[in-house]
Amino acid sequence: MRSLDIPLSDETIRSLMVGDPVLLNGIMITGRDAAHKWMVDTFIKQTRQPQGDDLEVYAAIKPLLAGSAIYHCGPVVSGLDTGQYKFVAAGPTTSIREEPYQGMVMQHFNIKGVIGKGGLGPKTLVACHVVPGVYLHAIGGAASLIAQTVVRVLGVYKLDFGVPEAMWVTEVKDFMAVVTMDSHGGSLHASVETHSKAVLQGLLAKA
Amino acid sequence: MRDISDNILELVRLTSTDLPPDVEATLRRAVEQEEPGSAARGALETILKNVELSRRNSSPICQDTGTPIFYVFYPAGWSTRKLRQQIETAVVQATKKAYLRPNSVDSITGKNSGNNLGGRHFPILHFEEVEGDTLTIELMLKGGGCENVGAQYSLPNDALNAGRDLAGVRNVVLDAVYQAQGQGCAPGILGVAIGGDRGSGYFASKETLYRNLEDTNPDPQLDALEKKLVEESNQLGIGPMGFGGNTTLLGARVTHLNRLPASFFVSVSYMCWAYRRRKMTITGSTLKFE
Repeated sequence: MRSLDIPLSDETIRSLMVGDPVLLNGIMITGRDAAHKWMVDTFIKQTRQPQGDDLEVYAAIKPLLAGSAIYHCGPVVSGLDTGQYKFVAAGPTTSIREEPYQGMVMQHFNIKGVIGKGGLGPKTLVACHVVPGVYLHAIGGAASLIAQTVVRVLGVYKLDFGVPEAMWVTEVKDFMAVVTMDSHGGSLHASVETHSKAVLQGLLAKA
Repeated sequence: MRDISDNILELVRLTSTDLPPDVEATLRRAVEQEEPGSAARGALETILKNVELSRRNSSPICQDTGTPIFYVFYPAGWSTRKLRQQIETAVVQATKKAYLRPNSVDSITGKNSGNNLGGRHFPILHFEEVEGDTLTIELMLKGGGCENVGAQYSLPNDALNAGRDLAGVRNVVLDAVYQAQGQGCAPGILGVAIGGDRGSGYFASKETLYRNLEDTNPDPQLDALEKKLVEESNQLGIGPMGFGGNTTLLGARVTHLNRLPASFFVSVSYMCWAYRRRKMTITGSTLKFE
C-alpha cells in the first residue's frame, strides 16, 4: 500500500489510479455541507458578504488547504468542555451532496485530495483533471477505526456551524483510503453505476 | 414511577457502540461472498474490524449516530410524560459522554442544539400501551446517509413497468437499490412497506427494520419476495461501499398496510450496514438488554 505525505504534489496525484489503496499522512481539514456552501457563497461566487470571523478563517484555512485534502466528515469529538479535543468516531459522510460545490472549491483552494464516501459526479471529475486532484474513498461507518488514525486535533474553525459541520484541522497518520476517482478521468462510481444500470434493465425486462 | 434514565442511557450506549449479533453474523457471511483481495472484501474486513474495536472501546460504530428512534411499549401504570423526560435526560447524557454526536439542527437557522433535543420529534418517540407487566424500549439509530437514499413510489409507474402487484413492487424496489448505489453505506438492509399513505408507509417501512435479520417473514409470499429482492439486488454488482461486488444488500424486510382505492405506495427505507438497534425490557426488578 502506498503511503502519501500531505501536501500532495502534482506528480504524486497524476501517478494515482482508480483502485489504488493509499495511506495518508499529514495535516488535513474536515469540511462538509455547511462549510462548502459557506466557501462558495462567501468567497467564490461572493453572493454573500463576509461576516463575523469569515475573513480571518479564510486567511487561516487557505494555506492549510493548498495542496492538502478536505475530508467530508462530521466527527464525534470528546473534550468539548475542556478544549482538549479528540476524535472518538470519524468516518466519512456521503460526498455527493457537495457535487454542486466541490469542483469550484478544489480549484479555488488548490485542494488535491477530496476524501469521503460514495463518490462525486462529473463536475468534480473535471476538477480532478484540471487541478489535478483525486477522490479518496474511506470506509463508511468505520468510524472508531478511522478515529485512531487521527492522531491530533490541531484546531477548529466555524464551530458555530455545530460539531459535525465545523472545520476541524487534524493531523493524520496512516489514514486508509482507496482512490475511486483519478486525475485521468477514471471513476469507479461511474463504471459501477453504468454496469448496475444495465443489469437493472435486464431484470426489469425479465419481469 | 421509578427513574430508569440510567438504564436508557445504557441502552443508547449499547446501541451506538455494539452492533447486534444478527447483523454481525450476516456481515461475516458476506465477507466469504467477496473475492479475496478485492476492494469489496477489504471494505467488509475493515467494517468488521471497526465493529470489534467499537465494542471494545465503547466508542460509536459510526460517527453519524443518526436519528434516535424510540419505540416504547408500556404496561398500564407507567407515565408516558415521565418516560419522555427520562429518555430526554438519557439522550442528553449520552451526548455528553460522546456515545451520540450532537445531531439535532434547526432547519431554519442551521443552529445545532448541541444535546440531541430540539422541537417536536427529535428524538422520535412512539408510545404504545401493552398488556402484561413488561416495559419494552426499542431504540434504532438511523444515520443520515442511508435515510437520504430512502424512496417512495406511487404505483403504477410506467417507466419502471410497475403495476399494482408484487411484481410491480419488486421493480420499484430494485430501482431504489440501483438509485442508492453505494451512497447509503452498502451493504444495506431494506425496510419496505406496501400500501398506507405517504406518512404511514414510511413509518411502517422503518418498523420492519426492528425485526431480527435472520428471521423469516410469516407470510410466505412476502418471504419469497424478500429473498428475491436480496438475490436480485446482489446481481446489480454495486457491492460494499459501491466498490462493485456481490453484496449490495444484507437483507430485505417487507410489510404491508391497507391503502385507499386510489393509492398504492411502496415506501423504501434503506438502512446502512451499521444497523444499530437494541431492545431493553424491564419486568419488576429484572432488567434485560438484547
